[in-house]
Amino acid sequence: MAEATITSSSTVAGPRAKWTYLDKFLNRTGPFTDPDSFQPGKTVIESLERSKVFGAGGLGCEILKNLALSGFKDIHVIDMDTIDVSNLNRQFLFRAADVGSFKADTAARFVEKRVKGVKITPYCGKIQDKDEAYYMQFAMIVCGLDSIEARRWINATLVGMVDEQDPDSLKPLIDGGTEGFKGQAKVILPTMTSCIECQLDMHAPRAAVPLCTLATIPRQPQHCIEWAHIIAWEEHRKEITLDTDDPEHITWLYQQALARAQEFNIPGVTYSMTQGVVKNIIPAIASTNAIVAASCCNEAFKLATNTNPFLGFPETDNYMMYTGDESVYTYTFEHQKKDDCPVCGLGTIARPLEVSPNMTLQDFVESLAEKPEAQLKKPSIRTGEKSLYIQSLADLERQTRHNLEKKMVDLVEEGEEMVITDKAFPTQFKYKVVFK
Amino acid sequence: MADLPPPVQGPTAKEKKYDRQLRLWGANGQVALEKSHILLINSGPGVVGLETLKNLVLPGIGNFTIQDSAVVSEPDLGVNFFLEEEHLGGSRAEHTCGLLKELNPDVNGNFVSEPVESWISHPDVLFPYTLILATAPIHPLVLSTLSAYADTAQIPLFYVHSVGFYSHFSVHLPPAFPVVDTHPSPETTSDLRLLKPWPELLEYATQKTANLQGMSPDDHGHVPFVALLLHFLEEWKKEHNGEVPQNYKEKTAFRETVSKAARTNTPEGGEENFDEAVAAVLKSLNPPEPSSSVKDIFKAPESLLIRHNSPSFWVIANAIGLFYTKYGVLPVPGAVPDMKARSADYIELQNVYKSKARKDLAEVVESVRFLERNANRTAQIEEKNVEAFCKNAAHIKLVRGRPFPVIPREGEVKFGGQARTLAQQLSFPDSLLPIYIAFLAWDKFTATHSPQAASSALIIPGLSPTDLASETENITSLAFTIVSDLVKEASASPDEADFATVKTQIGECVQELVRAGGAELHNIAALTGGIVSQEIIKVVTEQYVPVDNTCVFDGVRSRTAVFRV
Ligand SMILES: [Zn+2]
Repeated sequence: MAEATITSSSTVAGPRAKWTYLDKFLNRTGPFTDPDSFQPGKTVIESLERSKVFGAGGLGCEILKNLALSGFKDIHVIDMDTIDVSNLNRQFLFRAADVGSFKADTAARFVEKRVKGVKITPYCGKIQDKDEAYYMQFAMIVCGLDSIEARRWINATLVGMVDEQDPDSLKPLIDGGTEGFKGQAKVILPTMTSCIECQLDMHAPRAAVPLCTLATIPRQPQHCIEWAHIIAWEEHRKEITLDTDDPEHITWLYQQALARAQEFNIPGVTYSMTQGVVKNIIPAIASTNAIVAASCCNEAFKLATNTNPFLGFPETDNYMMYTGDESVYTYTFEHQKKDDCPVCGLGTIARPLEVSPNMTLQDFVESLAEKPEAQLKKPSIRTGEKSLYIQSLADLERQTRHNLEKKMVDLVEEGEEMVITDKAFPTQFKYKVVFK
Repeated sequence: MADLPPPVQGPTAKEKKYDRQLRLWGANGQVALEKSHILLINSGPGVVGLETLKNLVLPGIGNFTIQDSAVVSEPDLGVNFFLEEEHLGGSRAEHTCGLLKELNPDVNGNFVSEPVESWISHPDVLFPYTLILATAPIHPLVLSTLSAYADTAQIPLFYVHSVGFYSHFSVHLPPAFPVVDTHPSPETTSDLRLLKPWPELLEYATQKTANLQGMSPDDHGHVPFVALLLHFLEEWKKEHNGEVPQNYKEKTAFRETVSKAARTNTPEGGEENFDEAVAAVLKSLNPPEPSSSVKDIFKAPESLLIRHNSPSFWVIANAIGLFYTKYGVLPVPGAVPDMKARSADYIELQNVYKSKARKDLAEVVESVRFLERNANRTAQIEEKNVEAFCKNAAHIKLVRGRPFPVIPREGEVKFGGQARTLAQQLSFPDSLLPIYIAFLAWDKFTATHSPQAASSALIIPGLSPTDLASETENITSLAFTIVSDLVKEASASPDEADFATVKTQIGECVQELVRAGGAELHNIAALTGGIVSQEIIKVVTEQYVPVDNTCVFDGVRSRTAVFRV
C-alpha cells in the first residue's frame, strides 16, 4: 500500500481539510485498484474535480447530494417537473413551501448552499430539448428517470454519439430505477456493453386489459376505473382534456367507476385506487431511492477515479438488481449485449417479432405499444417495398390510413423485414416478421 | 352530465403527502411508524446513521433522538449532508438533529450531546425508545450494555458499520418476532383448492360446465377456468379410480386433455379461458400443503401453551394449528385471481370462495374465543386480526431473533450454533463472509487497542499513513485467528487449498478496510442507510420479511449477502 500525499492522522488544514475522508481513497491504493488506471494523489483529485457530470430523473435529489459529496464540482441537472406534495415523502431537498416550483431549480440551489464549492447548473425542461453537442460536454450521465421513453431516448442518443476515432465521445450511462422495495442500477458503455434497448424485455409493460372486458364484462374494480378513464370520459366529457392532477376530474372518474362497479356487484373501488390506476402510480419510498441512487453514484465515483473496479467494464458484471421486501437480496450479473439490438447492435440483423397473420395492421400498430421487445406508442412502419403506415406526417398518414383495416398476412411475408420509427426515439427499429 | 356527482371525501393532506408509501404499508403501517421513537447512537464520521434517519424522518416516524458527543469539524462537511459551515465547532448531535427535523414538520427530533458511556449509565435513560440504532466504532462495553437492554426490553437493536467501500449491519430482534403481513408476491398467493374442493365449489363448476360441448361459442369461451379444471378433473377421476393426476407425467397428460377440449374454430384460433386453464394445471394441481416453516409455527412452544398474557399472534397460531390438525389444510384465503369470465359468473365464483373463507374464519374465531376463556384472557382479540392471519396463513413468518456477537476485548469470538453453517459458507465462491470477518477483526483491533475504560477515545486503524502497513498486518492476523477459531468451533476440516484462498480473500478485504482509515464514503453510507432504513420500517410496521440477522454490502463488486450469526 502506498500513500501519495502525506496527510496527518485526523484533521488537515487547508483546502482539502473538508475532503479528509474522501482523500483516504484518492491518495491510497487498495488491493483491487488497477495500477495502470489509478493514479493516486493530485492527478486523480484534479481529474475528479474537472469531470462534468449530468444528472436527471426522479432520483435527482439523491443523485445531486451523492455526486456533490463524492467530490464532483461541476454538475448539470435537467428536470421538467414541478414539485408536488406527494414528492415530499422522499425528495428531501423540497419543502411544503416549494410545492409548485421547478424541481431542478430548487434542488440545485439547495445543494449549492449545503455543499460549498460545488456548481450545479439546472435546466427546467425535457432531456429531449438538448442536442448531442450538449451531452458531449459531460464525462458521464447519471440517470434515475421515471419513464422508459426518456431512458430509451438518452440511451439511443448516447449510442449515436459514439465516434470510434474519438474516445471522448463515449459517455458512460449510469441508470437506476425503483419500485416499492425493489430497484436496479446498471452501467452502460454505449456501443461496448448491453444498452437500455438490449435490456428492454426486463422492463415489460403491464399487460393492458382488453377493451371488450372493460366495455362488456368487467370483473375487477380496476376494470371499472379503466372503463371510466377510457370510455366514459370520452363519451361524456370529450370537450374537456383530462388532467389527472385535477381533483375534480379524478372525483368524476371515481364516481363513474363506483356506479359501474355497483351495477356489476364488484367491490373495492376507492378514490385512492382510482388515482393509482389513472395516473399509473408506482409506489416509492425514500429508502429504496437512497439505495439505488447511491449505487449509481458509487459506480460514477469509481468510474471517475478508478479507486476500485466499476460495474460495466466489458465482459464483467454491469447490472445490479435489488430486492428488499423479503430479507435483502441482490443479483449482480453481466447483461449480455444483443447483436440484434436495434440501437447498439450490428445494424444488419433484424429482431424477430411475432405477428398473428390474421390481425389487422391497426391491431398490430396498437400491439407494438405493449410488446416487451418493442414498446412503441406512435410507430410508423415501412418494409423494403412499401410504407405500411406512417403517422409522423399528416399527408402520409392520410395516404397510408387505408392499410389499417388490412390483415397482416396480406401486407407482409414471413421473414420480411419491417423498419419501424417512432418520433420518441432518434433511431429506427428493424424487425423480422415471424407468423405465429 | 346534468346530475353532478355528490362531493367526495378526497384524501387528507397527510394522505396526499404520504400517498406513495401508503400504497405499500397502508394506514396500519403508518400508525406503527408514528408511534415509534428511534434512538441513534452515533459515532465515527457519523454518516450512515444520519442517512438511515433521513429515510425514516421523510416517511414520518413519530420521534427520533440522536446521541452524539462529537464536535462538528471540517471533515464532517465533506461527507455529511446534514451539517453546514456555520455549525463548525458546535455539537454534531444538535445540528444534525436540526437539519433532519427540517425534512418533515410532523416528526419530533431530540438530541443528546453527553458522551454515550455516561449517558447510558443514568437509570431508565433508554426507556423511551422503541428501537435502537448504534453505529461503529463503539466501545464493546457500551455495545454489550445496549445488547443486554435489547434483551430485557425486547426491543430491536441494530448495529451498523460503514467503512470505505464496505458495510455491514446486524440486527438483534426479540426471540419471537412474528410477521403476519409478509406481502408475498401475488404469483405465489393463489390458493384455489382444486384438489380439495368443497361441495359449493363443485356445485358451481357443475353448473357452469353443464352441456359444455353444446354451448354457443360465446358461452364456451367464457366458462371460468376454475370451473373448467374442476370439470375435467371429475372426468379424469372417472377414468382413474377416483384419483386426481398424481405426478408430472399425469399432470401433463391431463393438461393435454384440457388443451384438446378448446375450440380452435374461433376468430383468434383458440380460447383464452382454456389457455388460462392449461397454464394453471402445473401450478394449481398441488395439494394445498403448508410449508414446513408454517407448520413449525404451530408446533412452537409459545403456540402449544397459551397463557393469559400470550401475544395474540400465538393464540391465533394455536387456533389455526387446530384447524390444520382437523382438516389437513389451512383456512381458505378467499382471494380469486382475475380470469376470462362474464362479470356475473366471476362475482359468483368470488362469492363461493369468500363464503368458504368466512366459514373457515368463523371456526378459527370460535377456537380463539375458547382459548381466551381457557387462559382467562381479559381482552378479546379483534376479529379483523384473526381474519388477516387466516388470509395470509400460508405465508406467515417467524423470525427467531438473537443477539449478534459483540467482539470481546479478551477471549475468542464465539459463533455457537451458527458455526457450522458459517464455516460451510466460507468456501462458497463469491462469498461475502470474508468481509464480515474483516469487520470483526477491525472491531477486535479497536477493542484491544483502545483503553479499557468505556469513556476513553477509540483507536481507529489506518488513520496515519505511517502505521498503515503494520495495522493492516495486525488486523489480518486477528482475522485469521477468527476464521481459524470458526473452523475449529464448527469441527470442519476445509480443503487446504480452499482455506488458503479464503485467507487470501480475507487479507484483501482487511487491506481494503484499513485503507479507509475509518473514513466513510458518502455513497456507501447512503446506500447502507437505505437498506437499514428499509429494515427498520419492516421491523417497526411488522410487515414484509426482515433480515435475519446480518447483512454485508460490498461496494467494490456491488453485491449484498445475508448470514445468520
Ligand atoms: Zn443495445
